[in-house]
Amino acid sequence: MTRRRALALAVCAAVVCGWPAPSRAQSPQRHVGAGRTSGPALYDDGCVSCHGPDARGVPGRAPSLRGVGAAALDFYLATGRMPLADATIEPPRSQPPVYGAAQRHALIAYLTQLQPGGDPIPAVRPQLGDLARGRRLFADSCSGCHQIVAKGGVDPVIVAPALDEVTPLEIGEAIRVGPYLMPRFDERRLDAHDVDSIARYITEVAQHPPDRGGWGIGNVGPIPEGLVVWLLAGGVLIVVARIIGRRATG
Amino acid sequence: MRRLLWRVLELLAILRGVVRAAREPPADERDDDGIDPSCRVTPSSPGAERALAVLLVLAGLGLAAFGVLIAVDADPRLLGAVLGGGLACLAAALIVAGLRIVPQEVAVEERPPLGDERARAAALEQLRGGTEGVSRRRLIVGAAGAAGTGLAAAAVLPITALGPGAHVLDESPWRAGVALVDEDGQPIGADAVPVGSFATAFPAGADRRELGSPVVVVHVDPRTLDLPAERRTWAPEGLLAFSKICTHAGCAVSLFRYPLYEPTSDAPALVCPCHYSTFDVRRAAKVTLGPAGRPLPQLPLRIDARRRLVAGGPLSGSVGPAWWGTQRG
Repeated sequence: MTRRRALALAVCAAVVCGWPAPSRAQSPQRHVGAGRTSGPALYDDGCVSCHGPDARGVPGRAPSLRGVGAAALDFYLATGRMPLADATIEPPRSQPPVYGAAQRHALIAYLTQLQPGGDPIPAVRPQLGDLARGRRLFADSCSGCHQIVAKGGVDPVIVAPALDEVTPLEIGEAIRVGPYLMPRFDERRLDAHDVDSIARYITEVAQHPPDRGGWGIGNVGPIPEGLVVWLLAGGVLIVVARIIGRRATG
Repeated sequence: MRRLLWRVLELLAILRGVVRAAREPPADERDDDGIDPSCRVTPSSPGAERALAVLLVLAGLGLAAFGVLIAVDADPRLLGAVLGGGLACLAAALIVAGLRIVPQEVAVEERPPLGDERARAAALEQLRGGTEGVSRRRLIVGAAGAAGTGLAAAAVLPITALGPGAHVLDESPWRAGVALVDEDGQPIGADAVPVGSFATAFPAGADRRELGSPVVVVHVDPRTLDLPAERRTWAPEGLLAFSKICTHAGCAVSLFRYPLYEPTSDAPALVCPCHYSTFDVRRAAKVTLGPAGRPLPQLPLRIDARRRLVAGGPLSGSVGPAWWGTQRG
């Protein structure tokens, strides 16, 4: 009896200690554009089938890339969202990206010289941002979908990604571009200092929560926290009650 | 973490030993098989009393330490340790008191048999006699009358509620000419919300905590608008404003999605994060998914001479959960 109870407790302890251990999906190995470094060659190899010759887009399949700006191109390539095997899906971030830095630069240079326009790659300097302002702006404009702890969220048709691993540059690009179903925010809506502040909030607080209690329990809010408290404390209470109580006889 | 759990398990094992020892009767009372179950056992001993005192003092110290440490903003783990330790000492003190100090006895109280035969017979007699006072016809007519009266009473209030409803629930601070301001009270310019973006706005000079105050301004391509004819002028340059309070359960409609490339994506929509009610902004917040029963009330917009956003009139309907305005849609 005692041994069995100890075993049950040990199992509970192991489960609790092992949780949460998010498994990171490995991106499938893709070999598009291996070895190439010229922009047009890379485009013809990995992009043309959806975005069409001369990057004018294919109606109903993929948008034109003319004049979209370097920020959008860099965002999709550097986060590993493009190139894409199946044009109908909206892929999650995957690292490392298919194209290395030199290949990305070549592609971006080729596409931006086809037609200028759009946002350039922004300079994001979180160290210049104001943390309190960043938190407020994030609560105003971002937390509706990404949650205030930047763990992401869902909408009936999309998943707003978690921002656990994003870089300040990706934050700045996403704000300006509004990828997929995300709204976009230009200079008049959020200026460069606002973007710095939001990037500072995400990288300094949301990605490294203070966890003053010693254990963040995934930092996903009060419901899991309550569950853990109820299960752990409830378990301990049951064990204590069993120890000090006496089984009714007869 | 693992170490902490093992500590807890060790502590439990120690506690178990203590309780076992406490529960053992004193040596001179052991092996006394012929003991009367109702006899009074007073297990108190100087040792148990000392242990109780020590535990109570420890509990007091722990709880007092918590009071001091919380005032100096100590580490939450230390706070938890002293509070939990204090309460654990208190619990242990109660266990010791219950097992070793309070007298243990088993007592059986005899009671007289239930029921008095004569009283029961009299009551039954009275019951039987009672049924003969009311005839069947009178009973049914009376009961039908009572039902009819009740039905009429139930219908009075609903009947008076028919016809044009009271409009007190439609009241909001929005009137024609009221400027839209942001959270800091700054006016929102027509150019401050680019296509594909959104902003939360409040009426200038009004209490922003009022349910009708917050609106969400969204900007879509004006060529894609599909508003009813009477609302054609409500969205200058593709700028639309809707109440931010969901018509289903009153949550803040805080999700705005705007596709970068619509053919492979979804239409621009406001989505409530509580139950995913989805409102198509280009079709005047028509509900396209979810439990909301009616569209978000729309605020007609105008752009004034200084290119600031102002309300062109009141909200198109009552703000808030569906039961407020199901009559008028």
